[in-house]
Amino acid sequence: MIEFQNVYMSFEDEEVLSNISFRIDQGDTVVILGESGSGKSTILKLMLGLIKPDSGRIIIDGQDITGMTERELVTVRSNIGMVFQEGALFDSLPVRDNVGYRLYEEGRLPESKVDSEVQKHLGFVGLEDAIDKMPAELSGGMKRRVGIARALVGTPKVILYDEPTAGLDPITKRTIVELMIKLRDLEGVTSVFVTHDLHAASIMASEYASASVDGQVRFNNERGAPLLQNIGFIMLLKGEICFTGSFHELNNSDLPYIKSFVS
Amino acid sequence: MGAPYRFIIKALWEIQSFTLLSLRAIANLFTRPVYLRECILQMDRMGIGSLTIVILTGFFTGAVLAIQSEGALRTYGAVSMTGQLVSLTLIRELGPVLSALMLAGRIGSGIASELGSMVVSEQISAMRSLGTDPIRRLVTPRMIALVITLPMLTIVCDAVGMCGGWIIAVYKLLISSNQYWTDAMNAIQFSDMVGTFVKPVMFGFIISMTGCYIGLRTHGGTEGVGRSTTQAVVSSSIFVIAADFMLNNLLIYLAPLMNS
Repeated sequence: MIEFQNVYMSFEDEEVLSNISFRIDQGDTVVILGESGSGKSTILKLMLGLIKPDSGRIIIDGQDITGMTERELVTVRSNIGMVFQEGALFDSLPVRDNVGYRLYEEGRLPESKVDSEVQKHLGFVGLEDAIDKMPAELSGGMKRRVGIARALVGTPKVILYDEPTAGLDPITKRTIVELMIKLRDLEGVTSVFVTHDLHAASIMASEYASASVDGQVRFNNERGAPLLQNIGFIMLLKGEICFTGSFHELNNSDLPYIKSFVS
Repeated sequence: MGAPYRFIIKALWEIQSFTLLSLRAIANLFTRPVYLRECILQMDRMGIGSLTIVILTGFFTGAVLAIQSEGALRTYGAVSMTGQLVSLTLIRELGPVLSALMLAGRIGSGIASELGSMVVSEQISAMRSLGTDPIRRLVTPRMIALVITLPMLTIVCDAVGMCGGWIIAVYKLLISSNQYWTDAMNAIQFSDMVGTFVKPVMFGFIISMTGCYIGLRTHGGTEGVGRSTTQAVVSSSIFVIAADFMLNNLLIYLAPLMNS
């Protein structure tokens, strides 16, 4: 689904990523951990083709996107939803136009259809009432939820989260992670979760969502143990991958850097 | 590598990026989709929004021209020619340049800070990730809007300035209205009309593209936005004056051909 092959990237003589290789399969969740400035967000930008690597190949759905033009990338991007840090909502547009942006731009659906799509996705993140508000009127947590709703429009197969929980209070953080779990377990989207928030990552790895017949969503866990199988962890240290494996392996790693990160 | 060498490389690189951005913005005019609503919104903000400052600038400039010219013209006993001096100075030079400089301050900074904030808050990346080309969506409409509105504003500036000069001429220099206006109108030649139209088109292009270019390469958070805003005003003002010098040379060369 997504594959990085020996990717190198630098900004103005400074190497940000060096020799990054990994693979994410359909339906998987990958958590990319690392401290600020370790190149985590750069990986997401590379996946979307927003920036080009210095060398190496990035393969999405079997296509190498490194040589693609902006026009060709539009098709690739239509399968990927990205949730930006702080939401990155368009200030000048109300929530409705923000969430429906992709559909309005494509102009293929009639206005009423777009509206019902927007309402559906805002309902998913629990913000139906905010539809006519401007982004400036929303709180930090609401902005991110609207950002998630915007990324969901067009039913992408992959969703990239760039530090979606950074700077949020524990309760709002929990809401965001639950949304991510719901998307993973109920909609089956492939998720790439970039964060330095180990707590949020551990919730991702230990809880799963299930829907009952009446549509009620419940979150379950196996006595708090992070046992989920299809979730992998990648740890970045100064632009290099220093660890790949499961949450269990991460917790029991002998590497001093990981030990200090985990504790 | 030596510092001068690095400076030259950087300068060449900037020129290349600026040219590429301009070419893309122009190329977008000929393909769909064109964001007409955004164009009209920008024209309203830039055109109607700048009307007040352009009118005030024009009025006082015209009045000052009339007052100042008196001293020089009196030496030759030519105070009656005030109308000609005011109209030619305004139409050939001060109308286009002063309007452009006022708009470099008002619009150039506005564009740079708006696009700069969008870069810093990742809205530009978000736009690209949602399948929209930010150049098409943001740069081209701003370019179209300013290229269309600046010539109109310049004409307003010229007209108001001539009225400013007229008030001084009639009430202070005691020239008859009739003489002032006849003199002012007769002095204008076809090449002046072309100049007063061509210059603002070029200036509008320069101000909008400089603002967009500097805005889009903003980096370094809120501080970077401030830096870009200042830089946009300074650069576009300088570019306007430099372009004015070159256009003047060209127009003076072409004037005999146009007027014959």
